[in-house]
Amino acid sequence: MMMNIFQGKLVSLVAEDPQVVADAYAQWNRNAEFKRLLDAEPAMLWSAKKIKEWLEKEMEESEPKFFSFQIRDLQSGKMIGFTGLGDLEWNHGDGWVGIGIGDSEYWGKGYGTEAMQLALRYAFTELNLHRVTLGVFDYNPRAIRSYEKAGFKLEGRLRGEMSRQGNRHDILIMGILRSEWEMA
Amino acid sequence: MDVKIPLFDGELVCLAPIDPEKDAEIESKWTYDAEYMRLLTIKPARPLSPAQVKKKYEALEKNEEEAKNLFYFAVRSRSDDRLVGFARIYWIWWTHRSGLVSLGIGDPGDRKQGFGTEALGMLLGYAFDELNLYRLTAVVPEYNQAALRLFENAGFVQEVRRREAINRDGRRWDCLHLGLLESEWKGNIR
Repeated sequence: MMMNIFQGKLVSLVAEDPQVVADAYAQWNRNAEFKRLLDAEPAMLWSAKKIKEWLEKEMEESEPKFFSFQIRDLQSGKMIGFTGLGDLEWNHGDGWVGIGIGDSEYWGKGYGTEAMQLALRYAFTELNLHRVTLGVFDYNPRAIRSYEKAGFKLEGRLRGEMSRQGNRHDILIMGILRSEWEMA
Repeated sequence: MDVKIPLFDGELVCLAPIDPEKDAEIESKWTYDAEYMRLLTIKPARPLSPAQVKKKYEALEKNEEEAKNLFYFAVRSRSDDRLVGFARIYWIWWTHRSGLVSLGIGDPGDRKQGFGTEALGMLLGYAFDELNLYRLTAVVPEYNQAALRLFENAGFVQEVRRREAINRDGRRWDCLHLGLLESEWKGNIR
């Protein structure tokens, strides 16, 4: 009951100072590979000042629309990424999860998978959701493997939903039910 | 290219702009029909007064003007110019030329008359020939069989099944995402 739901073996979910977050995001955004794996918005360079303003505006809201966390490497204490749950349909117990590991030193080593497991624990034990959904691009096999390890199942693909360098790519939709999470 | 091909006029219905005063009165009545609301959306159903519906129209028009990722039409019957439903393309992602589509025929007496089929046909023409989109998605609750048939008859294919995403009266239903590519649509209408 009193376990620390924010802490795993490799990483913990934390709330960093907006200045630290803004500096890191501004730096990560310069990495085109990271941006193209992260989301389908056009890559854009926002200043740390602008990002900090958004973060501070978000802090003023009494109820967050998006339950977001920063991911901290337990060993070095470094902030390495972020995750969050949003687009919550409370009446149906459904929500979407997103995650990004901005520091590429930490790619492919299980940090993202563990952070996702913490986000899922939060979704099912704190938000009491019935299921969690995510979208991932067909050219991101590392993320797909990580989500499968965390227990997600492929639920379908939006054919050619996005265009990259003149080619169409699918967005894969994956989901995990509370019952599946409890079994794992 | 044939510039004379009509975009907005079918045999039975036409796509038209919103008439805030008159339409709000009618749409307000539809929101009292929980069955209609549940077929249409997974958001919690609640009745809206004509004033609230008018507010919604204002927000729609603001979005059309400013964000430019929404195209919303009133659907009117051609015989008497009566409001029978709505049709919209929304959440357009211009970078990727994709968007979502939805429509509704408000009064149960107006359903199964071919209004929805014709309105959807015009909406698809608008999406692919006017907006030049690459693909469209329709999100449909598993229990809305009429909508599934409507979209499948128009060429949409089921792409995603989000399991147990909807809770209605204590029972779980899947949420389906259907997709239609411009190339498939072109093949269908020829």
